[in-house]
Amino acid sequence: MIEIRIHGRGGQGSVAAAYLLASAAFEAGFQCQAFPSFGAERRGAPVTAFVRINNAPIHLRAQIRTPDYLIVQDDTLLQDHAITAGLRPGGAMLVNSDRDNADIARVFGCRALCVPATRLATEMIGRPIPNTALLAAFLGLTDLMPLSALATALEGRFTGDILARNLSLIERAAASVPQAQWKEPVDA
Amino acid sequence: MREAIEGSLAIARAVSMCKPDVVAAYPITPQTHIVENLSRLVAEGDLHTEFVSVESEFSAASVVLGAAAAGARAYTATASQGVLLMAEVLFNIAGLRIPLVMTVANRAVSAPLSIWNDHSDSMAVRDSGWIQLHCSDNQEAVDTTIQAFRIAQETELPVMVCMDGFILTHTMEVIDMPSQADVQAWLPPFEFSRKLDPADPKSFGMLVSPDYFAEIRYSHHAAMLKSLNVIEALDRDWASLTGRSTGGLLTVEGAADATVGIIAMGSTVGTLRAGMAQQSAANETRLIKLRAFRPFPTEALRAAVQGLQHLIVIDRAISPGLGGILGTEVSAALADMPDRPRLHNHALGLGGRDIPESIYADLLAAIREPDAPEFSIFDVDLAKLATEDR
Repeated sequence: MIEIRIHGRGGQGSVAAAYLLASAAFEAGFQCQAFPSFGAERRGAPVTAFVRINNAPIHLRAQIRTPDYLIVQDDTLLQDHAITAGLRPGGAMLVNSDRDNADIARVFGCRALCVPATRLATEMIGRPIPNTALLAAFLGLTDLMPLSALATALEGRFTGDILARNLSLIERAAASVPQAQWKEPVDA
Repeated sequence: MREAIEGSLAIARAVSMCKPDVVAAYPITPQTHIVENLSRLVAEGDLHTEFVSVESEFSAASVVLGAAAAGARAYTATASQGVLLMAEVLFNIAGLRIPLVMTVANRAVSAPLSIWNDHSDSMAVRDSGWIQLHCSDNQEAVDTTIQAFRIAQETELPVMVCMDGFILTHTMEVIDMPSQADVQAWLPPFEFSRKLDPADPKSFGMLVSPDYFAEIRYSHHAAMLKSLNVIEALDRDWASLTGRSTGGLLTVEGAADATVGIIAMGSTVGTLRAGMAQQSAANETRLIKLRAFRPFPTEALRAAVQGLQHLIVIDRAISPGLGGILGTEVSAALADMPDRPRLHNHALGLGGRDIPESIYADLLAAIREPDAPEFSIFDVDLAKLATEDR
């Protein structure tokens, strides 16, 4: 079972990202589970969402304490060093940021990669919503499932111009990262 | 058809497939998405119903009471404080034996304020006279919702479908959604034998003198007990159509020859199942998933615990000054059983406290503690308590 924890701020679409990733996993033939950990819901407040992907039915309903991967939608959340709490050995953190990969990897002692997802989203869809670009980068890095599964999940959520722009965005974001570099936890 | 779908959206669609004539509800976390999605289905023309936006849960319950009394298939949903505000009407609905369906997205009750999951809300109306069914995952919640409309209609009793707030309502998972055609074929058009009809005038809710009150309570209790068979039979019937049993009154899984059993209601069952799968065969238990809390399936429970030496009872709410609620009921149900198992009653996951996979091993380990109390709040952190409370 692959466990992914998504950290973001209210308004950045962290819960939507979790649902999209779970939908994509379903499209790719996996069992999936996605759920939020809501605090008092307000824009800008830290939000955590969880995704489990498995070949067999998923019974566990606990929050994810030992994730294989972290997806961080806002690099100001890195101020809290507990963000990597429980990350499994060999696990990796994908961050929406312009910062240096090696710098973040050194501070947190884990594999880390930055993708300027807000910048890409602003440029290609005209809105600073980083979630779809990050998910595409995540699929490129992990090779967990084909990008077409994410495209199908997006087609279930968006239509028209917004869909077309998101589809271009995910192609570009997926191609911008080293392909299958984080594949190992998936195979384990 | 299998889909990856959020629990609340799935419930709204399941309700819609049952074609309610009247829906009345007031939004409250974590039930909100159910009502939002129903109102969207109405706005988009996919559901033709009288959708009444009320100003409180008291009114929501009153509207569905009146609608069902007039012969309409009626549905509402609520949680937490909403259940409490409805409480007076819930007793009226049950006492008048009005068949309707309500989803409770289980949530803790104030004070202190908590928006998160436990079973305090539905437990607070335990004795209202409603049938109360608990769901352990969203597939069960969908199937139970559809079954509930037919159970209500056949028993002429109201049915409360309980699903854990957030843990189920806000979780996307893979659900085999029934087809509209299947639901339509399985669920006959709504009929209520005592409906208000100008051609055959009747009164509801009249003052009842002591000459008849006890008899009315007697009949209500008898009707609840009779519904045990209906709940089981309709689940079997649904399984023959869809291939999916939703668990009748209760289900037993795990090791048949185990000497330790665990009984729980709701989504905790899934986490316990996952915890058990991580253990060696020696630590396998008999896991009992209780679906019907009211009516209480005493006979089925006694059969399910045969041969057990220990039975761990999980409560997701407490009765302050007594202890566990389900634990107390299980204890009473097994009281005169020869060789009854020793009970270990634990409340956990109160007010949304996360229940980890390790809880399974921790519960088993607690049995071996020599002076373990009969009841505990299992995941309490003593360090957070005032010294005198530790």
